[in-house]
Amino acid sequence: MVPLQWFIWLSVALFMVGVFGFLTRRSIIMMFLSIEVMLNAVNLSLVSFAHFLNDLRGEVLALFVIAVAASEAAIGLAILIALFRNRETAQIDEVKELKG
Amino acid sequence: MSPYLFGYLGAAILILSGLSLTRKNPVHAVLYMIVMFFHLAVLYLGLGAEFLAAVQIIVYAGAILVLFLFVIMILNIKEEMEGERFSGAWPFGISLASGLLLLFIIITGNVTPGQQGTCTPAVIAAQTNTKLMGTLLYTQYIFPFEVASLILLVAVVGAIVLAKKRLR
Repeated sequence: MVPLQWFIWLSVALFMVGVFGFLTRRSIIMMFLSIEVMLNAVNLSLVSFAHFLNDLRGEVLALFVIAVAASEAAIGLAILIALFRNRETAQIDEVKELKG
Repeated sequence: MSPYLFGYLGAAILILSGLSLTRKNPVHAVLYMIVMFFHLAVLYLGLGAEFLAAVQIIVYAGAILVLFLFVIMILNIKEEMEGERFSGAWPFGISLASGLLLLFIIITGNVTPGQQGTCTPAVIAAQTNTKLMGTLLYTQYIFPFEVASLILLVAVVGAIVLAKKRLR
């Protein structure tokens, strides 16, 4: 049997891969993909807690996280399309009008 | 779940997500991500969450990543792939991520599981995971469920409003 600790460590490592991608990539599409990785890491920890605590509420919460992730991706990509139409760029460091 | 299966799935998930987030071509990144989500779905199956494994494949791999592919096709991928793929602040990003990783590992080193729930494997075997989840979702969590459906409706309307061309 695999202990709960291993699942938490895997979830932490996956979350950190997402944090690294979010902070370092220039492309906004890749930043959104990093957010998806982070949300999946959280889902993994929720599902493993639900399994090891014999409580299905963790899985219900993971379902809500998936719903929020879907709407976040739709809104974020629509904003990206609007930005690309106005600025012809999807690189995060070329959008700097508010720089003081 | 046997430790070997967990080792394979864990290593594959970490390597595939790392590969995905360092690709220059966003289409390749999305394809690596789809394979990663399939491995994650197998991990959910091993944890007894059959419904979530199906939702993971249908919603994540089938809907969200296809949405990403559509948007990548709308944007100009040739210009996307020019220039640096990492921003100038990448040493900051990698040091923050590794510091946070260390912090989380220290914190989760002595996790003590809380109170045991009522959905023991015997109960799940008698009623199936999907039925139990549906019962919970439509009784105790009916209000969050309605809020989630409202969020999805707002997302649909908002995405259309944001992405459509202005009428002149």
